[in-house]
Amino acid sequence: MTDTSLHTSAQEPSRSTEPELKDYFALLKPRVMSLVVFTALVGLLVAPVPVHPFIVFTSVLFIAIGGGASGALNMWWDADIDRIMRRTQKRPIPAGKVNAGEALGLGLALSGLSVMMLALASNIFAGALLAFTIFFYVVIYTMWLKRWTPQNIVIGGAAGAFPPMIGWAVATGGVSIESVLMFSLIFIWTPPHFWSLALFMKSDYDEAKVPMLTVTHGHDATRRHILGYTILLAACSLGLVFTSIGGPAYLATALVMNFRFLVGAWKVFKRSTAQAEADADGEEKRFFKLSLWYLFLHFTALLVDAALRGLGLWGGFA
Amino acid sequence: MIRATHELHDRRRGRNFGLGLILMAFVGIVFGMTIVKVGGGQDVLGTGMVNTEAGQ
Repeated sequence: MTDTSLHTSAQEPSRSTEPELKDYFALLKPRVMSLVVFTALVGLLVAPVPVHPFIVFTSVLFIAIGGGASGALNMWWDADIDRIMRRTQKRPIPAGKVNAGEALGLGLALSGLSVMMLALASNIFAGALLAFTIFFYVVIYTMWLKRWTPQNIVIGGAAGAFPPMIGWAVATGGVSIESVLMFSLIFIWTPPHFWSLALFMKSDYDEAKVPMLTVTHGHDATRRHILGYTILLAACSLGLVFTSIGGPAYLATALVMNFRFLVGAWKVFKRSTAQAEADADGEEKRFFKLSLWYLFLHFTALLVDAALRGLGLWGGFA
Repeated sequence: MIRATHELHDRRRGRNFGLGLILMAFVGIVFGMTIVKVGGGQDVLGTGMVNTEAGQ
């Protein structure tokens, strides 16, 4: 990782300093990893099959490392546009701290390690699902869809939706309606979340020539899409209530958060670009912030209901 | 002026030390997993075959 490089090119600037461990850690996108850890942990803990605490710890660790590995491979491939976008200019490769080849090597090594170790810690199905998630994020989203279609976020969002499904697979060894709905919750949540960000980070995507919906179809179409996906999301979110992992905490959270999210999406939908510019995208920024709470509280509520079931305080709606 | 250590060496030392800790943690994880799997009689390879003798 220090002196050898798997990939060099004439355009690639050499790194300016000797990298530290934290620079390699930054390649793993720690903030994305925290979401992966949280949702995978919830998927694992709400499953009906109890798992040894040490296996829970190692499984979530290797799912997180797999997510981090795909982040490193994403940074390797996207180094050219990361240099252009303000939001990503401080990432280790554009900042000249780590070579692109080192990111590729680290990403590939950690991908193999995480998949193999997860399969050993839990079961082969969970390992295979993690391998598919890495493949989906790196090849399908990063290499193919991201620079090709304005629906990049919609399909690419699946990669971020797999962790609770993998967590569930660690415990049960398979897939069920509960894990599919947890997947769907993140999958359908991703478009309104990212498109609201794109509404106020527009120049970044413009300059990098990433075909974000805001660039290709304009802001009005993006606002319509946000509302449409938010309605779909509410249906998916409420659907989870009637499965074996739904409970009173989740029902209350889903009712409150979907109402607030729908109101927020409606406000964003009703605004014109001129109105948004007048208040510096205030409503869009509020909606984006609310989207973060939306997902966090939904998964926290699932965990609370699992605890209630574990304590014998709740037996389910059925 | 030639110095015995340079800022670059400090960075490398820090990195190597960190990597050493990570490797030690990895060894600990593999050891822990082995204890849990063997002790619990779980299906180590995910083949559906459980070692029932381990629990006896």
